[in-house]
Amino acid sequence: MDARRGSLPVPRVRQVGFFTPNAQPAPTRSQSGPPDSSSPPLSDSPASNSLSPVMIPPPRHHSDNLAAAPRPTSPLPVPEPSPFRRRGADNNNALLVGSYNPAETLLAMSPSSSHVGDGESEETMSGGWFRRSNSGKLASSLPSGTFDFSPVQSTAEALKPNKVQNPVGISEVSARPAPKEQQPEAPSSSKQPKPKLTKAERRALQESQRAAKGGGKSVAAPEEVATIKSVKQHQTQKKDAPQVAVSVAASERKGGDKSQEKERRKDAPAPRMQFDDKSRVEKAKRRSVVDQTEAKKRVELFRHLPQYEHGTQLADLESKFLQLDPMHPAIYKVGLQYLAGDISGGNARCIAMLQAFQQVVKDYSTPPEKTLPRDLTAKISSYVSFFTQCRPLSMSMGNAIRFLKNRIAKLSPSLSESESKSSICTDIDRFINEKIVLADRVIVQHASSKVKDGDVLLVYGSSCVVEMVLLHSHELGKQFRVIVVDSRPKLEGKALLRRLVAKGVHCTYTHINAVSYVMHEVTKVFLGASSVLSNGTVYSRVGTACVAMVAHAFRVPVIICCEAYKFHERVQLDSICSNELGDPDAIGKVPGRMDVNYLNDVSNSGNLQLLNLMYDATPADYVSMIVTDYGMIPPTSVPVIVREYRRDHLLI
Amino acid sequence: MKEQTTRAMWWRSPSFILDNRQQAQPYDTARGGALSIPPPPSTAMADPNPNPNPLTDKISAYYQTRAAHHGVVSSDWLAQAQAAVGHIPDVDDDAANSDQGAPPGEPFSVIDEFNNWRKQPDLAEAVAAIRALAAVIRNSQATTMMELEIELKKASDSLKSWDTTSISLTAGCDLFMRYVTRTSALEYEDFNSAKTRLIERAEKFGEISYKARKIIAMLSQDFIFDGCTILVHGFSRVVLEVLKMAAQNKKLFRVFCTEGRPDRTGLRLSNELAKLDVPVKLLIDSAVAYSMDEVDMVFVGADGVVESGGIINMMGTYQIALVAHSMNKPVYVAAESYKFARLYPLDQKDMGPALRPIEFGVPIPLKVEVETSARDYTPPQYLTLLFTDLGVLTPSVVSDELIQLYL
Repeated sequence: MDARRGSLPVPRVRQVGFFTPNAQPAPTRSQSGPPDSSSPPLSDSPASNSLSPVMIPPPRHHSDNLAAAPRPTSPLPVPEPSPFRRRGADNNNALLVGSYNPAETLLAMSPSSSHVGDGESEETMSGGWFRRSNSGKLASSLPSGTFDFSPVQSTAEALKPNKVQNPVGISEVSARPAPKEQQPEAPSSSKQPKPKLTKAERRALQESQRAAKGGGKSVAAPEEVATIKSVKQHQTQKKDAPQVAVSVAASERKGGDKSQEKERRKDAPAPRMQFDDKSRVEKAKRRSVVDQTEAKKRVELFRHLPQYEHGTQLADLESKFLQLDPMHPAIYKVGLQYLAGDISGGNARCIAMLQAFQQVVKDYSTPPEKTLPRDLTAKISSYVSFFTQCRPLSMSMGNAIRFLKNRIAKLSPSLSESESKSSICTDIDRFINEKIVLADRVIVQHASSKVKDGDVLLVYGSSCVVEMVLLHSHELGKQFRVIVVDSRPKLEGKALLRRLVAKGVHCTYTHINAVSYVMHEVTKVFLGASSVLSNGTVYSRVGTACVAMVAHAFRVPVIICCEAYKFHERVQLDSICSNELGDPDAIGKVPGRMDVNYLNDVSNSGNLQLLNLMYDATPADYVSMIVTDYGMIPPTSVPVIVREYRRDHLLI
Repeated sequence: MKEQTTRAMWWRSPSFILDNRQQAQPYDTARGGALSIPPPPSTAMADPNPNPNPLTDKISAYYQTRAAHHGVVSSDWLAQAQAAVGHIPDVDDDAANSDQGAPPGEPFSVIDEFNNWRKQPDLAEAVAAIRALAAVIRNSQATTMMELEIELKKASDSLKSWDTTSISLTAGCDLFMRYVTRTSALEYEDFNSAKTRLIERAEKFGEISYKARKIIAMLSQDFIFDGCTILVHGFSRVVLEVLKMAAQNKKLFRVFCTEGRPDRTGLRLSNELAKLDVPVKLLIDSAVAYSMDEVDMVFVGADGVVESGGIINMMGTYQIALVAHSMNKPVYVAAESYKFARLYPLDQKDMGPALRPIEFGVPIPLKVEVETSARDYTPPQYLTLLFTDLGVLTPSVVSDELIQLYL
């Protein structure tokens, strides 16, 4: 075992557990790859490449079964990877390989897919990229054009509507299907010409258009493309940091440094939409379907978060229903439900979204001259940005979207449309089943093993997993008491209380103000989570941190129940930089209590700001244990789960 | 091992030592402790030997073994024990039980094998279990891999159920199953070559586990500096190995040994250390806080390392860790990796109880309750580092390793 010390200088190879020095490598399952297939180690998965022969291979977790499901093959003879951890390497290979199709479908979707997980606001941004990239295609898609008219004309035509588009202010989503000349094969590289072009650029553009109109058909085309391209690149270079992704996208077409660029983009922190950035908010607004009126007064510290006047959009959106023809009714319905607050809770929202997507996929038919993976990804992105406008996405939804897009991107081009569609549908079903339903069942098993007779359990708010744990423990005949702690304005605990009492669980109901009083008799605290971040921080309903802190002070163990698909590799230290703002009026007004509504007439005065935060971040110190579908782990082990199973999430 | 002449005196002393002795006896004669020539093997695992004291299942077999292996029994203590009124009534039952140990020539039993190995005082229980399981593979007459796996599973289950209070036994069996069966070897076409491969792996694992102590001792040498004072609690073979090696390396240090009531394991450790010419001072268990300011580091062993990174160890470890933590002294744990268990206790009461009798030397009134728990749980935040054969780990890495091993 000295070998462990000896092997230290070798980076990347994480030798863990029992390994024999100088062991004769056994024929491993992950044999088939060429020796160098794992040579470029993925930065985020040191363990993924190196499965030492004596290491214990990962278990046949349910997700591995999924891996056995029809997996798309890449066009080049990339060796079939092992069903286990080589997947990371395989992924990488797929990127390095071919200069077109599969890699580019990835590229096409990646700007959004790589950031989706970052939740709320950037979805709008990614929608923006898509928009831009679509129009970019027009410029660069000439040589392979298959239209009735000449390629040159098509560009010219395509450019025109673009110029008009923004000033007119057609909302982007509804305008999307309009330019039918788009060519799906073209990589999404350059960006849409903005109203704000520099002089030189504008002139170059005009010249190119003129050339396109006047010049010979085939001769002028390549030149013109080149000019436009150069203009674009010139332009993109001028852009500052947040726009890096765009220029990256442009340079990716060159193929050579594509993978490298991609790596870099992956490493770069995701630019998140900052709502105190006026110009970008404007842009986003122009694209948005939902007409969100921004709140007039916002708390200084939270200006970067989207905040809208609540209650106005619903009617407006409903009236728009007929105009929004690209929006699938199922998406529309779920979006409205988000907006109205009919669906809440991480799992419920995620399932509703996935099922809506499933419906979309079922009703989908690939438009002529488009490929399914790319068009569908674009469609889903637009839907996602619609959802985001209705309500900021939770991190779990981000993970689910990332999974879905990955599945679509990985679809084998050889599959027929109906096969692809059914494969996506089964993938969605599996995700729901195995990452949510089954995971919940496992969590309930684990967590209820911690419930002992005579326990007093404290729960906060309403988490469906925690509720299942309580009910299951009750069904097992354990004698325990539950204290439901609740808080204004949502009072979600009441619903939970109602269900628990109906089942005959002995309950106490109190508000969070009394938590320090009731805590002394509590033996365990069970909490749900919206997300668990890789530093162990638990991102959950506002008030959770308070309950956990009081429990910690009273030396009461705090148990977090959270499915592993909600884990996120992000690190967050406070609840300021990423959060969701609720309706400020909700805390100012008490429905049905005219006598305490002191703020009715003051709420318009300039020196009053109401802050209704939806989430908070509980530091890992206050958490004793996290119960996930992978078992009971300390909060320090979240990154291990994220590292080891991120690939599984994506590649199920 | 004690000489046989003291046996008569043991009759009235805490029965666990005796039980173990008597139980071990028949196997000793039957097998001669040899693993190499096991009796005609068979697949029958259905009749495992019962726990040495099934009627008093409240008392942890694990601690009996420990006591038998490292119990220090001074004459005054024996005299005290004899004078004590509190006695354990079931000695005879146990004696009867132990008689029905498998006679030679009967089908191979993993428990017998295990007991054979277990009698070596230097061999940890888990290692004994690992060797016994390796013997199962070797003696198996299964003809398919599946059959062999099932057989192995049965054997490991019977070992685990033999003593549920021993964490390292359970963990060792689990890890063995993981290590040995989760291998590509199982996909060999040929059953025999696969089986050979399994045996190879099993032996390798046994070897690793056996060597673990040496590795830990080597790893921990960097942490013992000249002139330091080390507080040691209980008797841990790993810790002894660490200190032994430090003494061999001519390091100058002194050791404070706690007494380690109720089985006085500290006395035995001080005895061993005195033989090595290491300056030793004995403390009563309650003098830990008093002498903590002189101490540079605390060294403890572990019965089990749990998933949170905390340890389960002999009673008193938690309070020593608390005192050390409040005085900012490092607490080092020396534990072999086969003690890593998939347990996650939330607090002290969240473990299966492991009880053992405690002698107070005077009659205890019936109304007085006695806390007989043998071990406590030390949460990870009070531990500084864990020395394991996988390397020097912080407590949080334990969970990482376990996740990698088990998931």
